[in-house]
Amino acid sequence: MGRAEPALAFAVALGLALTLQAAGQTAKKEKDGKWELPDGTPTYNIASDGAVDWYTFSGFRRYHSECHVCHGPDGEGSTYAPGLIESMKTTSYPDFMLVVASGREIVRADKQSVMPALGDNANVMCYIDDIYIYLKARSDGALPRGRPAKRAEKPEAADRHEKACFGSK
Amino acid sequence: MHRHALAGASLVLIALATPGTANQDVLQQTAKPEQWVLQTGDYSNQRYSKLDQITRDNVKNLKVAWTFSTGVLRGHEGSPLVVGSTMYVHTPFPNIVYALDVNEEGKILWKYEPKQDPSVIPVMCCDTVYRGVAYADGTIYLHQADTTVVALDAKTGKEKWKAVNGDPKKGETNTATVLPVKDKVIVGISGAEFGVRGHVTAYDAKTGRRVWRAYTLGPDNEMLVDPEKTTSLGKPIGRDSSLKTWTGEQWKIGGGTAWGWFSYDPETNLFYYGTANPSTWNPVQRAGPDGKPIDQKWTMSLFARDVDTGMARWIYQMTPFDEWDYDGVNENILVDLNVGGQKRKALVHFDRNGLAYTLDRVTGELLVAAKYDPKVNWTTGVVMDKNSPQYGRPQVVKEFSTFQTGQDKNTKGVCPAALGTKDQQPAAFSPRTNLFYVPTNHVCMDYEPFRVSYTAGQPYVGATLSMFPAPGSHGGMGNFIAWDASEGKIVWSKPEKFSVWSGALATAGGVVFYGTLEGYLKAVDEKDGRELFKFKTPSGIIGNVMTFSHGGKQHVAVLSGIGGWAGIGLAAGLTNPTDGLGAVGGYAGLRDYTALGGTLTVFTLP
Repeated sequence: MGRAEPALAFAVALGLALTLQAAGQTAKKEKDGKWELPDGTPTYNIASDGAVDWYTFSGFRRYHSECHVCHGPDGEGSTYAPGLIESMKTTSYPDFMLVVASGREIVRADKQSVMPALGDNANVMCYIDDIYIYLKARSDGALPRGRPAKRAEKPEAADRHEKACFGSK
Repeated sequence: MHRHALAGASLVLIALATPGTANQDVLQQTAKPEQWVLQTGDYSNQRYSKLDQITRDNVKNLKVAWTFSTGVLRGHEGSPLVVGSTMYVHTPFPNIVYALDVNEEGKILWKYEPKQDPSVIPVMCCDTVYRGVAYADGTIYLHQADTTVVALDAKTGKEKWKAVNGDPKKGETNTATVLPVKDKVIVGISGAEFGVRGHVTAYDAKTGRRVWRAYTLGPDNEMLVDPEKTTSLGKPIGRDSSLKTWTGEQWKIGGGTAWGWFSYDPETNLFYYGTANPSTWNPVQRAGPDGKPIDQKWTMSLFARDVDTGMARWIYQMTPFDEWDYDGVNENILVDLNVGGQKRKALVHFDRNGLAYTLDRVTGELLVAAKYDPKVNWTTGVVMDKNSPQYGRPQVVKEFSTFQTGQDKNTKGVCPAALGTKDQQPAAFSPRTNLFYVPTNHVCMDYEPFRVSYTAGQPYVGATLSMFPAPGSHGGMGNFIAWDASEGKIVWSKPEKFSVWSGALATAGGVVFYGTLEGYLKAVDEKDGRELFKFKTPSGIIGNVMTFSHGGKQHVAVLSGIGGWAGIGLAAGLTNPTDGLGAVGGYAGLRDYTALGGTLTVFTLP
């Protein structure tokens, strides 16, 4: 029984986390076309007709330019790098930022996996929220594979952010 | 048992012209059908073996003779070599080389494992593949992922010399084999997805000293071209041919890397190779100062260069102003063919862009350009009228031009996909049938370019694409075809579930071999493609099939080990946009068929 308890506790915690997340999705707020959870974490929004918010769409595009040559189409993984659907379920927004910016290395006799540090890469870092939002939508099962068929227009705020981000380089 | 006329004649010429060079050694070694001393089989890249013990009648009896695990999991491209009774097996990163004793079913004679900074791994666009070592004059030449070129004593595995060819911090890496020729070793470079400026470089085979370097783009003197003597389609290329076809200084990060195969013709002293895509993948960002397409020479081009000086004799650009990532790096097969009733010293090239080209390899004259997959739709074809200002140029279909559709817009249904109708996996030629046996992809794509900025050592891509099996066809993602390069026609086509990503082998026994992504080694009849034998190896095959003879018995060997771009793109299965929003169609994911693992499988008759 002693062994089962942590597992049980974990399951309860996970259930709680999922409930909170679902609750979070209902409590999310929109500002300038971008959605965020009550704690400020950026998130996706998918309308009843399947139209995604701009950032989810932008994340789809940037993911398939910068990330998919290793992690495969739609975050599904490849023979080269792991899928992200499962791992994004337990990766917090700050942890995600950290791994993308600083990279991660697993070098063993049987396996050399190296995630590059992308902190200097404006094509990634200027869209880091977009990529996070997209992968979260995939990971939550809210967004099917493939290119979103419908999307919101690009908000002015996204344009401003883009110019400021690339201009600062 | 006729030695192919070209190589036979060349052997005599070279024996007279340049005695005692690696060139002569390679010609002598490749003339022995029991061996396989270059990745390409021989200098002409025909991948044809005169061995004829395995026939269409008995191939069904093939059995596994022995196997060998490489200890590495990544995608295994290229093939083993056999020199005498020693087999040389390479691996993807960390680029281990094993010398195996064929007398003792692969007992390890020596093992060489270079130390490389693992930070090179993520700089390699599409897996840490390596297409193998080459042998000449008692030396094994290794070109590591981090671009270190190493000469190893073939008997002991001891280092003879080392040279550093590029800088992985700038995205320069290597995946290609080298060309040992005369007193030189010629090497290429990878990294067009990182804005690398492509080049080929010759090193002294004995010392590793750099002899010359020729860039794909930039000033004439750095490209080793002569504005008057270097020709394209029969005319001098003129001054600043590259600088004039780029906007500003974009050529400095312009791609055009040389990561494919090399072939060599001793009669002309020319070697042949192709160059990769211009960087970035966003054509709008690469437009001319007037906002119109601009050629971006000499990316996407075939080069014929003099081995001794590196000077270009002729160049032909297949895809000016690329809009689809159709790298021009695929192999150039040197064959003497009848074209239009005339005997021609031909060069045959199956390009990523879906067109198969037959050129005169001495002059660079374009003889044939034809689609080798009927689904190819981005072009209506190449203008063959010498008087047309469009002579030699592919005519782009507006609907499938990612440039004309524009930035931030999705161009739909382009065939082929960026994978190309064929990628690096080399075709074979049989002088018995005069046919080429070509492993192909049957995949199309949607392509959306957008603006990106350049940072040294970081990906510089600028497009998102999704791929799907060619619509309105057999539903599979590949074909194995037989091609008539004199006529520009498909003779037969055998559908495959997945892209065929394995190099083919043609043999004097009338049997043609290739591997599949599920892991099957297949043997087919050279006449009609009828399947005669298949065997499921432990992992998917992206390596090339080779053959050798030992103890009087013909053997066939292949590396399995799924990976490469095929493994990245196809592992999860493809989605078909025509099936509706995000639906995963009936297209199998490769991960349901195979998993990682490098293994060599050697076959023979009982």
